Amino acid sequence: MDFSLNEVQMMLAESIEKFIANDYNFDTRQKIAATPTGFDTGVWSTFAELGWTAVPFSEADGGFDGGVEEIMVVMQRFGQGLVVEPYLANVILAGGVLKRLANDAQKEQWLQPMIAGELQTALAFAEPQSRYELADVVTSARADGDNWIIDGHKTYVLNGGTADLLIVPARTSGEAGASDGISLFAVATDSDGVTRNAYATVDGLRAAEVQLEGVRVPAAALLGDLNGGFAALEAAVDEATLAVCAEAVGIMRTLTDKTVAFTKSRVQFGVPIASFQALQHRMVDMLTACEQAQSLLLWAVMRYASGAGDARAAVSSIKYLVGTSGQTIGEEAVQMHGGMGVTWDLDVAHYFKRLTAISMLFGDADWHLDRLAT
Amino acid sequence: MHVTFSEQELAFQSEVRAFFRDEYPEDIRRKRASGIDLPPEDQVRWQQLLHAKGYAGVNWPVEYGGTGWSPVQKYIYATEEANANAPMVVPFGLSMVGPVIYTFGNEQQKERFLPDILASRVWWCQGYSEPGAGSDLASLKTRADLVGDHFVVNGTKTWTTLGQHADWIFCLVRTNTEVSRRQEGISFLLIDMKTPGVTVTPIILLDGVPEVNEVHFDNVEVPVENLVGEEGKGWTYGKVLLQHERTNIAGVARSRYRAKRLREEAGRSAHGAAPLREDRNFMRRLAALEVELKALEYTELRTLAAVSAGKAPGPESSILKIKGTEIQQALDTLYMRAAGYYALPFVPEQFEADFTGTRVGEGSEARTALRYFNFRKASIYGGSNEIQKNIIAKHVLGL
Repeated sequence: MDFSLNEVQMMLAESIEKFIANDYNFDTRQKIAATPTGFDTGVWSTFAELGWTAVPFSEADGGFDGGVEEIMVVMQRFGQGLVVEPYLANVILAGGVLKRLANDAQKEQWLQPMIAGELQTALAFAEPQSRYELADVVTSARADGDNWIIDGHKTYVLNGGTADLLIVPARTSGEAGASDGISLFAVATDSDGVTRNAYATVDGLRAAEVQLEGVRVPAAALLGDLNGGFAALEAAVDEATLAVCAEAVGIMRTLTDKTVAFTKSRVQFGVPIASFQALQHRMVDMLTACEQAQSLLLWAVMRYASGAGDARAAVSSIKYLVGTSGQTIGEEAVQMHGGMGVTWDLDVAHYFKRLTAISMLFGDADWHLDRLAT
Repeated sequence: MHVTFSEQELAFQSEVRAFFRDEYPEDIRRKRASGIDLPPEDQVRWQQLLHAKGYAGVNWPVEYGGTGWSPVQKYIYATEEANANAPMVVPFGLSMVGPVIYTFGNEQQKERFLPDILASRVWWCQGYSEPGAGSDLASLKTRADLVGDHFVVNGTKTWTTLGQHADWIFCLVRTNTEVSRRQEGISFLLIDMKTPGVTVTPIILLDGVPEVNEVHFDNVEVPVENLVGEEGKGWTYGKVLLQHERTNIAGVARSRYRAKRLREEAGRSAHGAAPLREDRNFMRRLAALEVELKALEYTELRTLAAVSAGKAPGPESSILKIKGTEIQQALDTLYMRAAGYYALPFVPEQFEADFTGTRVGEGSEARTALRYFNFRKASIYGGSNEIQKNIIAKHVLGL
């Protein structure tokens, strides 16, 4: 039994912590989040240079040979730094599909440039009607000679506005809602028939509504087997779910620390408000929730990495916990910061907004609890 | 990062599992399965079997006859013990006063008391709380005045669990009132319950059971050699004991066993009703509880890993106590709801070993509400959960 990081994981952790401490303070983050694309290309290049974009890929793919443990190490620290760069969209989501399904030529064309930081990618996992059901794919693809013609509407495509390449799940057979009959296509965003409406999200990130109207792609755009794309889609989203849970645990810890520090310095009625038992017990509850979430995250990551039969339940368990106690921590942090907590200027508010977005991403707490309640 | 056991640990697991399979008496097993109360003689018989096997002093060092187990071994043992639904060891001797004596007692005391504790030949009980000193334990008023070679003890202790069976009691008593801090001047004293002036009166709990008592001391003469450690340092010793107690109270392995049982039972039909598995509300509550429990299991494992690495269990044990008791109580609620109307009969005598009448309900379902009521105590004893929060606020968060 050992919960410590190995040497390589430790080095990765330290390099990210150093970067955030030296080069990514809250003001920097806010400036980056306010730019039109919502991320900084220089920072993104640094991520690639430091090898962070290569973390969850095999050595053969030019990667670091990391798995969900290493993803956890990265994302927990990105949570603490409130990083807005599109790591999840590129590395975990699009990268997660490409590493599983792309052939050598496709990897060379899309995966390697993404790892090198030169190609922006996105996975279009949601549609307006689908809510959190990945298999609810109405977007269709039909064969036309050697080409595929894709029609449909994708929503909340993370990094969709900046992406050069979209990975589009489309129905090639079967009923709406069936997991069989979904195929994944790599679609260049400058293709004819692709219309994007990019927007900012509440957490300072960027997403896009994407319309696909008669978009023609070549046979070589099909990733993996025809009708057999769902397993890779689901696996990429499972990993992404663990990734945002790790990010959330990092945020929960940061919010707890900040709240404790603030109440020790904030004086009212002539005393620090930390001396009030009404607040003390609530901060203890925050700490307890942090520890519980940290513990469950470790379990879920190890469970998932082991490929155990209940790996899916592990993902839903941690997502449920983060969606409930994480949200509570965010609300409590804001409450205990008083009026300042509801201002744009205070970092706490932005951590809270990111936690809120995470609580809904890939299924809210109720949705995941339902998967466990069988 | 891994939670796999080493080969030696797996071998240990097999050994413990075999013990519970082969040497856990069938009659006790049957009583436990149908919710029948264990009479004290069964409890003692079981603890003496543990002692014969060398499993009695789980937390004790080898030099005092303990197991000397690593934290991982203790975790394995607790899991197997829970999965066998074996009786809980009465904690007052083996888990509480024993460690205080071998840590702070003198050689004479160790020789005199430890073997009997380990072999369950002497039944101990606890004298901490008083009618006027609950959460504010340091306000305790039971006094021990030194007169010659005796302390003369006067006062009342309360909530003394199973004190009606006890041979000895360990007490926190005030030996000095001229102190600047109330925590000073408190001493740790061992008292023979047969000493003249000791009387025990039962307190009936809300489930109708005389589980706890008041213990009165009226000019009770206690030899000075029964003082453990230094006079006036009892508060420090008592705190060490409470940290052990809190870790035990969390009862994670027991809760895991009970949650697993509940999930199995939810798949079955009782009294011809539809299985609870088809009840979405019930299953969602159970699933949410299982998530919290799994998290707590890993919080405990992380604590164990830290202890293995040489850190003492500190105020973090308060987190285990809070979450552990909350989960126990949530499980009690679910068991009660699972039983429906069959939770409600108040027929405690049907769970006595010699009951010959017609039982109401199947298995232990007619105990579920009684257990729910009884275990409201869990968030109160061992330092109420609010006191635990005060401890964490002060010692972990520095508030």
